[in-house]
Amino acid sequence: MIKTENLIRQFGKQKAVDGLNLHIPPGSAYALLGPNGAGKTTTLRLLSTLLAPTEGEIYVDGEKMQRASKAMKSRLGMVSQHFSLQRDMTPREVLKLHGYLHGMSRRDRKEQIERLIRFAGMEAEQKKLVSELSGGNKRKLMIVRAVMHRPDILFLDEPTVGLDASIRRSIWDLLKKLRYAGMTIVLTTHYIEEARVLCDRIGMMSQGKIVAEDTPEGFMSTLPAYVVEDYRDERTDYSYFPDRDSAANYIAGQNTTATVRRSNLEDAYILHTDTKGSKERLRA
Amino acid sequence: MIREIWPVLWDEWIVFKRSWFQITTSAIIGPILYIVAFGLGLGGGSSLQGVTYVKFLIPGIVALTTMNASYKAISTSLATGRIYNKTFEQFLIAPISMFSYCTGKAIAGSLRGFYAGMMVMGVAILFGVRLHVTPDFFLIMLLSGLTFACLGMFGAMVVKSHADMNRFGTFVMLPMTFLCGTFFSLDQLPFVLKEIIYLFPLTHISTMLRAIATYEAYTVGNLLTVGAYFIAFFLLALYRCYKVAA
Ligand SMILES: Nc1ncnc2c1ncn2[C@@H]1O[C@H](COP(=O)(O)OP(=O)(O)O)[C@@H](O)[C@H]1O
Ligand SMILES: [Mg+2]
Repeated sequence: MIKTENLIRQFGKQKAVDGLNLHIPPGSAYALLGPNGAGKTTTLRLLSTLLAPTEGEIYVDGEKMQRASKAMKSRLGMVSQHFSLQRDMTPREVLKLHGYLHGMSRRDRKEQIERLIRFAGMEAEQKKLVSELSGGNKRKLMIVRAVMHRPDILFLDEPTVGLDASIRRSIWDLLKKLRYAGMTIVLTTHYIEEARVLCDRIGMMSQGKIVAEDTPEGFMSTLPAYVVEDYRDERTDYSYFPDRDSAANYIAGQNTTATVRRSNLEDAYILHTDTKGSKERLRA
Repeated sequence: MIREIWPVLWDEWIVFKRSWFQITTSAIIGPILYIVAFGLGLGGGSSLQGVTYVKFLIPGIVALTTMNASYKAISTSLATGRIYNKTFEQFLIAPISMFSYCTGKAIAGSLRGFYAGMMVMGVAILFGVRLHVTPDFFLIMLLSGLTFACLGMFGAMVVKSHADMNRFGTFVMLPMTFLCGTFFSLDQLPFVLKEIIYLFPLTHISTMLRAIATYEAYTVGNLLTVGAYFIAFFLLALYRCYKVAA
């Protein structure tokens, strides 16, 4: 389990992470969802020992995190937002280096390399150089590298950013497999769908704070079921209604071309994370 | 400890393996030009400190080549890994200590310098100059490599871009390359200038290598000076690594 107590990280005067109290049970998948600059990356870097907190504590299974602790580092895996791969190594060599870094035995290393190359579906690429791999394959390689030493917790920072939809889904499948194998997963994303598909809990983050936290279903159940989108005067007004009839009545009373639809997680996201007032931000 | 250093060395070994041809050619092109232009051209036939100028020159070139090769190997791989490939993070997040990391880089750099120095001696043989070497000649080459690998490590941890890295090279390495008794005898210099030049570690390295090559003795003072520089640069680099990791 990961627990943070009033976690704060400041850069100069700015609080990139501002008083985080996270609670992530073992074996669960948690998504930090938020706009750019919300502090998601900073949070993951704090949780993965890459960054020192300005204030506050992190506990993993009740044990206070010591950043230099090798035992702690062995329990964590990290996939960072940017590609961090040796460009002139092959995928097999990248994994081998990781095995060396984690002091894995020769036999374990070899078995894991075979298994993970297959797991990632990269048999055809295993002898190419990293610099020749596609973005999707680089990302997959980073994921299997991060789990090679069998960590308990895997952190992923925007694991599918910039990838096309079908590759994104194949990466989701990879992550689902890891999850069902019992790994705790903490990921950041600004794709709502990604959080919904992969995670059982979502923390919506804005300006360094968790502004709302719930299950995907929980977010949906507290949100009115219908939305009327009404575009006029060069902006869209969004109005929320508990049922279709009241939405229809509302439209009948308006003299415009409004449309009605089911609300979705994106509406919850906008309502919670939009700092400038949703109407402002939703201007067309 | 060795378990922690090994991956750092192996990482550098793959870099070397993938581009050994470029590494080798760029390590010897400078020395060949120095031997031809200064040794055979400018100084051909003359002698210095009782030996032909070429024989005088080559230990100096070995010294400066070792220095530049280890400095460049480590500063390039670390600056690239830290700023562009972000591979430095992989070591930060791994269960190895910064001390092991820096030690690994220093050893890797030292070996790269040693390799380049050996290449120069090979080239010298092609030019008909066979140096007298003893085991301590090689040990001094390795120590020199350690020293400048650590300087490169420090530089790479400080700079913000490759352009900065180049400036560091121009202002720190280039003056040493030419001034530190590599191409000429320091005996001819005015006292004050000579004292200043003796502050640089490369001066002591080229003095020692030349002394061995020409059957002369060097002083323990030379060795201790270089050792002190090595320790100082290592600690500086280690300190910077800890700061970046914080
Ligand atoms: N190393 C840093 N130095 C200064 N400011 C930083 C640094 N890293 C992040 N920040 C700032 O902290 C805020 C949060 O950044 P980040 O955690 O990267 O957000 P996100 O990942 O949600 O987009 C941003 O305003 C960013 O500019
Ligand atoms: Mg980010």
